[in-house]
Amino acid sequence: MKIRTINRRMGKSESDIEIRSLSRSFSLPDDPHPWSTALMYVLVGVLVGIVMVKGQIISWLKVQEMFMLKSMQLPLTFGSAILVAFISIVIIQQRKIKTLEGKDIYFPRYKVTKGNYIGGVIAGVGWSLTGGGPAALFAMSGTGAVVMGVALLMAMVGTWMFGAVRDSLP
Amino acid sequence: MHFWNHPWPWYIAGPLLGLTVPLLLLIGNKPFGASAIFRHLCAIVIQKKEWKYFKYDWSKESWNFYFIGGIVLGGAIAATLIPNLGELKLHPYLVDLYHGLGINDFSQGVPKQIFNMEGLRNVEGIVFVLAGGFMVGFGSRYAGGDNSGHMILGVARLNKPSIITTACFFVGGYIGAHYIVPFILKVV
Repeated sequence: MKIRTINRRMGKSESDIEIRSLSRSFSLPDDPHPWSTALMYVLVGVLVGIVMVKGQIISWLKVQEMFMLKSMQLPLTFGSAILVAFISIVIIQQRKIKTLEGKDIYFPRYKVTKGNYIGGVIAGVGWSLTGGGPAALFAMSGTGAVVMGVALLMAMVGTWMFGAVRDSLP
Repeated sequence: MHFWNHPWPWYIAGPLLGLTVPLLLLIGNKPFGASAIFRHLCAIVIQKKEWKYFKYDWSKESWNFYFIGGIVLGGAIAATLIPNLGELKLHPYLVDLYHGLGINDFSQGVPKQIFNMEGLRNVEGIVFVLAGGFMVGFGSRYAGGDNSGHMILGVARLNKPSIITTACFFVGGYIGAHYIVPFILKVV
C-alpha cells in the first residue's frame, strides 16, 4: 500500500529498472537483511569486482578498442554474460524456482521512455570517456584509482542534476 | 600461476559476470545494476521536497549498499592479490592512434598520464573524468538503468526498454571513442 502512495507522489511513471521497491507490482522486500543475506550480496559484489578487473572490463583502452570496432573481446564477454543470464532466467522461470527465502522470482514490466534513448546515448558517451559504466567505476576505485572516486562523485552530481530537472525533460 | 596473473579470456569472464544475474535473483529477487546507488545516495543527502525523484524509502534498498561495497572490495582484492601482469594486448591501430596523440604508457590498461588526480587540472582530465563521470550518472539514471542493469540483466530478460537503451549505449560509445576522445587528445 505504502509503495502505491510513493508511486503516485513520484509523478512520472517509474522507469527505474534497478529499484524494485518502487515498482507497482512489487511487494515490500524484507529489509533489513539478516547478516547472512547481507554477506551473500557482498560476495556477489566481490565476484563482479574481480571479474571486472580480470576480464579487463575496467580497462579504458580495451573499452576504446571495443567502440573502435577493433576487438571482439569485450563484446564477446558481454554477449556470453547475457547468454548465461538468459539461460538462467529461462530455467528459473520454467522450473518456477524461488528465492532462498521461498519468495517468487519475477520481473516488473517497464515501458519504453524517451529517457531510454537520450539517457542511453549520454551514458554511452560517458562510458567511452571514463572507460566504464557505474559498476566498472566502482571496481576501478577499488583497485586504488582514487581519480575514479572523483568520477563517481561526478556521477552522483549527474544524478542530482537529473533529479532536479527530471520533470522538465522529455 | 599464469591464470591468476593474466587477464581472463572472454569465455571465462563473460559467463562469470552473467552468473551475477541468477545469483542476485536467487538470494532475494534483486536486479543486477550499479547506478541505482547514486539515486539512493542522493536520496540520503538531498532533503529538497520539490525533487520528487529523491523522495522514496531508500532503506528498502539496503541490499544495494552491500552489493556495491562488494564490487569495490572485489576490485581491491583482484588488484592486490591477482593483478594482471605483463603488457596489455591492444590492436595495432589503436597503439598507433594513441601514440600519435601522445599516449605512450599502455601498461596499466588505462593511460595513467591522464587518469590521475593531478590530471584533473588539464582539459583531458576535466572531460574524461569529470564530464564523463557526470554523463555516466545523468545518462544512466535518465535511461532508468546502467550497463549492468540494461545491457546484461535487461537484454537477457528481453526487456524492450533495455534493448533500446543498450543500442543507445553503443551509439554513444561509438561517437565518444571515434570523435570526442581523439578530438580532445589532439587539441590539448
